[in-house]
Amino acid sequence: MRLFLQYFVSGLSTGSIYALVALGLSLVYRSTRILNFAHGDLAAFGTFVAFTLLGLQLAFLITFPLAIAGGAVLAMAFYFLILVPAQRRNATILGQIILTLGLGLILQGLISYLWGTDTKTLAFPLSDSRVWNIGGVVVSELGLWTFILGLAMSCLLYLLVQKTRLGVAMRATSENLPAAQTLGIPTRRVLALAWGLAASLGVAAGLFLAPALLLDPFFMLEPFLKGFAAAILGGLQSLPGAILGGLILGVAESLAGGYVSIALKNTLAFLIIIVILLVKPEGLLGEEFKERV
Amino acid sequence: MDLIESYREELRLIRKFWTGLGIGCIIVAALILPFLRQDYLVHIATVVFIYAIGVQGQNILIGYTGLISFGQAGFLAIGAYAFGHLTAQGLPIPAALLAAGLLAGLSGFIVGFPSLRLKGPYLAIVTMGFGVAVYQILLNTEAISGGRMGLVVKKIPALFGLTQQATFYYFILLLLIILTIFSYNLISSYAGRAFIAIRDNDIAAEAMGVNLAHYKLLSFAISSFYVGLQGAAYALFIGYLEPNLFTFMESITIFVAVIIGGLASIGGSIMGAAFVILVPQVWSEARELVPVIFGITIIIILIFEPQGIAGRWLKIRLYFRNWPFR
Repeated sequence: MRLFLQYFVSGLSTGSIYALVALGLSLVYRSTRILNFAHGDLAAFGTFVAFTLLGLQLAFLITFPLAIAGGAVLAMAFYFLILVPAQRRNATILGQIILTLGLGLILQGLISYLWGTDTKTLAFPLSDSRVWNIGGVVVSELGLWTFILGLAMSCLLYLLVQKTRLGVAMRATSENLPAAQTLGIPTRRVLALAWGLAASLGVAAGLFLAPALLLDPFFMLEPFLKGFAAAILGGLQSLPGAILGGLILGVAESLAGGYVSIALKNTLAFLIIIVILLVKPEGLLGEEFKERV
Repeated sequence: MDLIESYREELRLIRKFWTGLGIGCIIVAALILPFLRQDYLVHIATVVFIYAIGVQGQNILIGYTGLISFGQAGFLAIGAYAFGHLTAQGLPIPAALLAAGLLAGLSGFIVGFPSLRLKGPYLAIVTMGFGVAVYQILLNTEAISGGRMGLVVKKIPALFGLTQQATFYYFILLLLIILTIFSYNLISSYAGRAFIAIRDNDIAAEAMGVNLAHYKLLSFAISSFYVGLQGAAYALFIGYLEPNLFTFMESITIFVAVIIGGLASIGGSIMGAAFVILVPQVWSEARELVPVIFGITIIIILIFEPQGIAGRWLKIRLYFRNWPFR
């Protein structure tokens, strides 16, 4: 039982990272119907910005917001400079998805070029090895703070989307774009903001992942794919679904790794994707899936 | 483009004398390349030909049928490892090649089932999940992947008094020509027309009597067959297999080749394959920047020339047809 709790708790902390990534993906998906293939690379870029800033002896509390803002600015620039012109030329949804893939490739190449492909460690103030023992369950400082960050970010996002004027505008835009435009909502700016928010969630996830993994240009690829799985598990359209999906995936992975085999741990996410899409494509909390052929 | 008067003319692959002459020149040039004693050129051309096989297959799926797939690495791996194990069992190379392709085609048929229910982005995710899952399984099962030692594949022997390199070059060239002719014929057959109809409007296609399930699965199977052959040919080429040859990046490379070469164009597929192979060679001093070039090219192509290199080539030809009048 104690072992089970241990796996459960460590799964929750990984799961909150997946939830953050999944939130960013579904935030973009539900407002623009675009699957953001550059999400992982945007997050990695922000994390590398943080790496450079920390190297300049900046305090962590300054670096953290700066890196997040950097990721957000990059995503918004992509929206305004590439996606909007593409939409003006009647790019299809699929074309826009491929554009994000192009952005991902560019960022990946730039990161390799600017920072090199060797692995680095991020000087992170929270440690992985400082642990507390709570009733027999070991909780690391990093794991605890990761979970708190995931929870806090989710709550903030919930408040933003549900309780503010901006959130109402975002929901209106994702519900029905032409109607939102007719009502005078500046949909371009709202969508750009959704992109920025999504990227900053990704960067936050990247920053908290970096101390557990080592920094290299591809370090976000796997968490990004897992976040994808989480978003699909919860339903790509739904923000609570993304959080739920992330936590479930994290716990399931941790349990599978603990009880079955460590090999299953990494494959599980992709099995989940395939099974969910075959059995219940709208996900756990998604609405009715309409685009069935 | 041209005025086609009869169905026989529509089916003909080469309609104009000059097209035939151009293609003939290209084939002759390809045939005499190994005699120039430029080993490096032959090497690059071989890799381009190998990739051109798989890119064509993916174009049948993505460009003609309109089903997006990111699982190419999985089919590549299945083809390559099937080929490696079959030749190790003593099967002759052509038979092993065919078997590897068929096995990849069969797995494509199975992976294609989600395509009956899912569209666009969702299908992309399923196939991506498949590609990554195959990679993970390879990493974790030493019986298939040969563990840390990798899997050694016997190379093709030198035949007909040619060098080993030239033998393989001609072998791949022959394979590519056969497959290219097959692709062109496939596209103008009933199945090919059905693929295009599904891409343009699946509901209308079904109303016209195209069996969606049948032709979507067929398209998946054929494209995976091509990619499996590419994997097998690649295994034969490098003579050594390890799971890291089949990462997600490999899927992306083939996908990029399809987009850059031009959707729904067989000739474009070969040009796209040449692009993704030649760019890293030309930019070998700044290898990190190769993805940047790919990314920028994708963005430029999608915004300014959605038909890719093939579309641009067509426009150039149309422009010069009545030159200097327009």
